[in-house]
Amino acid sequence: MENTNKKEVRLMKGNEALAEAAIRAGLHAYFGYPITPQSEILEYFEEQAPKRGFTVLQAESEVASINMIYGAAGAGARVMTSSSSPGVSLMQEGISYIATAELPCLIVNITRGGPGLGTIQPSQGDYFQSVKGGGHGDYKLFVLAPSSVQEMADFVFDAFRVSEKYRIPALILADGALGQMMEKLTLPEEGSLPHVTPEWGTTGKTKDRERNIITSLHIQPEKMEAINHHLQAKYKAIEEAEVRYEEYFMEDAEIVFVAFGLSARICQKAVDIVREKGIKAGLIRPITLFPFPKQIISETANRAVGFMVVEMNAGQMVEDVQLAVNGKCPVYFKGRMGGMIPTPEEIAVALEEKFIHHEEKV
Amino acid sequence: MEIPVLENLEVVYKKPETLTDTPFHYCPGCGHGVAHRVLMEVIDELGIQEETIGVAPVGCSVFAYHYMNIDMQQAAHGRASAAATGIKRVLPEKYVFSYQGDGDLAAIGTAETIHTVNRGENILMVFINNAIYGMTGGQMAPTSLCGQVTSTTPYGRDPAKIGFPLKITELIAQLPGAYFVARHAVHTPNAVRKLKKALRSAFEYQKLNKGTCFIEIVSNCPSGWKLSPLESQKWIEENMFPMYPLGDIKVPGKNITAPSTENN
Ligand SMILES: Cc1ncc(C[n+]2csc(CCOP(=O)(O)OP(=O)(O)O)c2C)c(N)n1
Ligand code: SF4
Ligand SMILES: [Mg+2]
Repeated sequence: MENTNKKEVRLMKGNEALAEAAIRAGLHAYFGYPITPQSEILEYFEEQAPKRGFTVLQAESEVASINMIYGAAGAGARVMTSSSSPGVSLMQEGISYIATAELPCLIVNITRGGPGLGTIQPSQGDYFQSVKGGGHGDYKLFVLAPSSVQEMADFVFDAFRVSEKYRIPALILADGALGQMMEKLTLPEEGSLPHVTPEWGTTGKTKDRERNIITSLHIQPEKMEAINHHLQAKYKAIEEAEVRYEEYFMEDAEIVFVAFGLSARICQKAVDIVREKGIKAGLIRPITLFPFPKQIISETANRAVGFMVVEMNAGQMVEDVQLAVNGKCPVYFKGRMGGMIPTPEEIAVALEEKFIHHEEKV
Repeated sequence: MEIPVLENLEVVYKKPETLTDTPFHYCPGCGHGVAHRVLMEVIDELGIQEETIGVAPVGCSVFAYHYMNIDMQQAAHGRASAAATGIKRVLPEKYVFSYQGDGDLAAIGTAETIHTVNRGENILMVFINNAIYGMTGGQMAPTSLCGQVTSTTPYGRDPAKIGFPLKITELIAQLPGAYFVARHAVHTPNAVRKLKKALRSAFEYQKLNKGTCFIEIVSNCPSGWKLSPLESQKWIEENMFPMYPLGDIKVPGKNITAPSTENN
């Protein structure tokens, strides 16, 4: 086997880059169930596990895999699961339990077009599910949206780091195209993310401590409200410290695209196209979807002519942009649904229609 | 009042150390308390308190972790064996058990139950069959008997409409992953003694890494059955045992149910 300790440049599929990065990040166990377009993640782990000493288990369903994650994370291990939209829907009860019991873990959603069984083509239709709860009750996940194969790998490290620091489940939300496409990347270094077995894990009650209990049940409403306050305070701390975003041609931008993941990459091209025509466009790309980069959007709204949000869905993140803009300037939306990917040209046309030819506001 | 000091007496009966001082919240006469106690006695006697991790279900025993003085997790309804799988896979040297009711293990968690045993997870699954949903107020369980009146079968369970009682223990005993499968009860001291012996064997087998140990405990639910504790014990003997006979169902080396599925 080649030396995995060095930084290496490789050509890899997004799904495989993510899986390889997870191994390098010191993954202890993976539990998952096959679904297109992310089955390569499970396949990659199954192939690597015997050689590299971690646990992998193909569960009987996503319901089982997320509850295996609960058990293994509760026992203090560094664990992850992955799935695509319908499977992630099945996991929602378990994710709510995990968030409430404050168990660190990584969940990956390589999103496909919905609703329903939908299509296996790429989509961003699970934005709401990822950032607005998804399951029952008031909880949040730390949500990262990569837009390249490089980031599919790099964000695994960030996800585990934040997840373990705050005891919050992390979610990597990428679409099927990012999972399937091949790109050159530099693999992250192995061993750069040390793991400390947490003192709260159910590893066996030794004489020097009280028993550890992993639960999300607090039957007295006063206690449950206190738990909620604690969770909300944690989410606030994450909003203050962990926002990540990227800007493209924003110094003099008057018209601002907001897009995440693959859409952001396409918007970069659209910015280039309209800049050629002398239109001062720029792009804000939220990297963390929770915490959402509302401050930069709000500040930009003070000087911008307007915003155009581009998503591969019917308009989900646009609601958060509208909240951040708070009526200071118009916010338009351009979307494709059901597994369709917009072209840079059609986005450029949409921008010109709204801002140059002044067609009606959405 | 002066309390006389007793000297030179032998302790013949005491609370297991692995049971906390928290009073049980169970209804008077409920089998859950006895099952908890016996389980903790075995852990005490084997000296494995520090090496054992338990998983509580959703059901009346959701708060099992209030009483069991070991590291514990509380799993989503039906998923205790999946959570236990997760624990055991990352801590293979520890003893892991799940404790589940009939709704939890044999209705909502059927898939997890079957697949946990089919993989031969090296855990102990303790299954409390009281033929009813105790926690939610006495609804029909998959194990409710034909004709049994519950809050959702007010005219008695009609198998033509809702199927027959599910004998999940016999079902999973067919799986090669099942190493030791037995059905016991907690309604008499003698039954408790036999259960204790089986639980002890199950923990001892866990070290062999040969597969899943599964112990059903036929229990009662005086509140859900609307009987006094004593009447409920009689009801168990007259109604539950004919459907759920006690004894070993699959023992290592002696394959009682399915000779072709020897696990080795
Ligand atoms: C997903 C989900 N569905 C339903 C419930 C409600 N519920 C709680 S306990 C229970 C049944 C418990 O019955 P059983 O497993 O037989 O345990 P017992 O109380 O009889 O010991 C149900 C349906 C729940 N908590 N979660
Ligand atoms: S409702 Fe039934 S199972 Fe629950 S504690 Fe009471 S008697 Fe026991
Ligand atoms: Mg029951």
